[in-house]
Amino acid sequence: MPVDTSPPRDVRSLFPRLEALLPHVQKPIQYVGGELNSTVKDWDATDVRWALMYPDAYEVGVPNQGVMILYEVLNEQPDTLAERTYSVWPDMEALMREHGLPQFTVDAHRPVSAFDVLGLSFATELGYTNMLLALDLAGIPFNSADRTMDHPIVIAGGHSAFNPEPIADFIDCAVLGDGEQAVLEITDVIRAWKAEGRHGGRDELLMRLARTGGVYVPRFYDVDYLPDGRIQRVVPNRPGVPWRVSKHTVMDLDEWPYPKQPLVPLAESVHERMSVEIFRGCTRGCRFCQAGMITRPVRERSITGVGEMVERGLQATGFEEVGLLSLSSADHSEIAPMTKGLADRYEGTQTSLSLPSTRVDAFNIDLANELTRNGRRSGLTFAPEGGSERIRKVINKMVTEDDLIRTVTAAYSAGWRQVKLYFMCGLPTETDEDVLQIAELAKKVITTGREVTGSRDIRCTVSIGGFVPKPHTPFQWVGQLGHEATDARLAKLRDAVRSDRQFAKAIGFRYHDGKPGIVEGLLSRGDRRVGKVIKAVYDAGGRFDGWSEYFSFDRWMTAADQALADEPVDVDWYTTRDRDNNEVLPWDHLDSGLDRDWLWEDWQDALTGTEVDDCRWTPCFDCGVCPQMGTEIQAGPTGATLLPLTVLNSARDRVLSTADAE
Amino acid sequence: MARKPEGPPPPPAVQRLRMHYAKRGRLRFSSHRDFQRAFERALRRAAVPMAYSAGFSPHPKVSYAGAAPTGTGSEAEYLEIALAQACDPEQLRRAIDESLPPDLDVIEIVEVPVNGAPSLADRLQASVWALRLPGVAYDEAARAVGAFLAAPAVEVSRMTKNGLRTFDARGPVVALEVADTPGDGPATGEQPGPCAILRLVVRHVTPAVRPDDVLTGLRQIGALAPPETPAVTRLAQGPLDESSGAVSDPLAPDRGDVGA
Repeated sequence: MPVDTSPPRDVRSLFPRLEALLPHVQKPIQYVGGELNSTVKDWDATDVRWALMYPDAYEVGVPNQGVMILYEVLNEQPDTLAERTYSVWPDMEALMREHGLPQFTVDAHRPVSAFDVLGLSFATELGYTNMLLALDLAGIPFNSADRTMDHPIVIAGGHSAFNPEPIADFIDCAVLGDGEQAVLEITDVIRAWKAEGRHGGRDELLMRLARTGGVYVPRFYDVDYLPDGRIQRVVPNRPGVPWRVSKHTVMDLDEWPYPKQPLVPLAESVHERMSVEIFRGCTRGCRFCQAGMITRPVRERSITGVGEMVERGLQATGFEEVGLLSLSSADHSEIAPMTKGLADRYEGTQTSLSLPSTRVDAFNIDLANELTRNGRRSGLTFAPEGGSERIRKVINKMVTEDDLIRTVTAAYSAGWRQVKLYFMCGLPTETDEDVLQIAELAKKVITTGREVTGSRDIRCTVSIGGFVPKPHTPFQWVGQLGHEATDARLAKLRDAVRSDRQFAKAIGFRYHDGKPGIVEGLLSRGDRRVGKVIKAVYDAGGRFDGWSEYFSFDRWMTAADQALADEPVDVDWYTTRDRDNNEVLPWDHLDSGLDRDWLWEDWQDALTGTEVDDCRWTPCFDCGVCPQMGTEIQAGPTGATLLPLTVLNSARDRVLSTADAE
Repeated sequence: MARKPEGPPPPPAVQRLRMHYAKRGRLRFSSHRDFQRAFERALRRAAVPMAYSAGFSPHPKVSYAGAAPTGTGSEAEYLEIALAQACDPEQLRRAIDESLPPDLDVIEIVEVPVNGAPSLADRLQASVWALRLPGVAYDEAARAVGAFLAAPAVEVSRMTKNGLRTFDARGPVVALEVADTPGDGPATGEQPGPCAILRLVVRHVTPAVRPDDVLTGLRQIGALAPPETPAVTRLAQGPLDESSGAVSDPLAPDRGDVGA
């Protein structure tokens, strides 16, 4: 029997009270739970209970791989329980406040405040106000210092946790890196603490977690500031707390084939497909890319491991599309035999494959044809990121205009008519000229398409977003381009695309204004003083900041002016200011494995347009991760192949059996 | 030059089946689009040999008819599917039912000729609804129903995708009565108390008159204001006998039609 020394709590289902509210809200199904492959466990048969939250709307959160993986890993443990909770929309929030209904999980509709842990996965900093909304509705004090033994431990994970300083006051802990093993280690610490009678209270539990070296407890560190506002130092304020906290790295993905039973919601979600992560990490070395920097080294799942996950997942879900996920999927050492093997296996079953991230130089037509053999032919998307050869060298994208033209030529020749290109605006050293080159590139793409197909029915969509410098990247020191300058540059590009009548109708242009990027920049590279701004924005009604219909730039700026009035810093200081090498950055005590000196050198290389090749096929360039973290590249090829599946038709035999017998 | 999908056209439909299913409990909050997604995934999990449409985006051949609105339960939902390989209807019913989430239940599947079967949608002429009104006493409901039925027309407005529409909620109502046996308790909430149950028969017209439109009408003309959210369930839909107001089983004419 599990030992639970916590006081008894009312964990009866809130569903009867919720049910009365559901007829009055939009898309009520999102609050109902009961998704295929979801789990409801007996509360009393477990002793450590996690509420997992993706702090955005259900339709965005439910397909999130991170939450899905942790949900399954935790629920597989006999004495551990995990349920999910998502942000509620303002219509539901108003009703919950009116009727006194607290933040609930969708699995068993239990109050979030009754769990041992509230674990939040932050894919973007724009979810911070939604965390405050959940804490508020759950009845959990905003500040970790105000919480008691009656409240869950609030843990932040996800990429944003690599600089959790802006939310340091609101969270109890942050975990950097891969969560699969980390959640189990944390569960063990909590279980032991509870079994021993919860001696020492929250402080003792947080201390035990901090001592592992893999859990960051912000309150155990003091931050001192210089008179000019820069950080003087960040130091542990009690013995036994490590100076630096390390990220977690799962080394053998084949040992972690999660999710095995992906969730299938009834409600429509942003990803109507099943996803299999074919590798984790990326060493292409794009300097703007935080994901590539903080997830090193590359760890491939084997071709047979991928095959098993696809097979099991399709049987469990019935999805008709499988996304082969990673940061750059065509880079898997066995991508060709993998896609061919999967296309062979699922021939005639209307099952399509997709590679959500494909590099221009790694794409080829054989690959594309395998992807569309059994299903629908969607558009092709590539991300040259920068418009000019010069800027692509600055960001180390390592893709030339020739690469792009060669690839689109092949694609148009093979029957595609539509190509989508992603770019960024506001990259370091960028000028108007670099951005205007995007128009020239798009025109060349259209011209090429018209030549090789002999048709004028050719489209190219240019999507462009503002660049936000991120922690743990070579661009962590660079000043962000202001939103006015971003908007002015985008307007010039729009005019350049539209002015040429030869191309105006063939090129679609999608862009966002620069204001949300400034808020993202403030939250990405902010320090603990930014917490006051987040709280002020929440108090002023800020929620769902990732949604343009809810985001208010003015609300953020007003809140920042007021909250930072007594500080020597402001929004510009956090966003558009260049930092120099000796400034203490808010996240310097959080160890992503990257050597700070290497990051600085890479930043200097960027300024001279010096490119750095991928360490998978050239010698190590000493980014520092492998020696620091005790890891190494895990890549194939394994030489294995995917054999045809004989069991694929067993279910069909069942429905056909009687008819065949007749 | 028009593009053509590569490869041979999909195999033709060899079997047509009509399915009677129910939407119960929590899943009454699923929308029709939610159901479609769940159903098509259930078909794939059960490996049902669906016939597909031709073209660049082949879709499994499923025709939906007369779906109940989001938030209402239903014991009487219907659809039709076409298969590329013939299956035993009862085996298929069991396989799809197991594959669907709990509370979406397949009640019956009957086979109809591949060509020439009379349209299912045409048979869905009217619905029978049960409206549970927790907190509403029998007499109170009966008074409002009397006022509603006595009115020659009851104009109600509802926000639709195309804006606010105003229409008569009285005309299509074939029958409306308060059930003789009052309910023993409310459908939702914790307080025991009165719970009137209305039985409503309404003809399918355009724009559709839904149970909530009738409730709006009852509020307007009969001052009926249920203190709690009513629980609405469709009990039946099918051909309407105008003289008796009876709604019959829309699959009755199909049973034994094929393979008997």
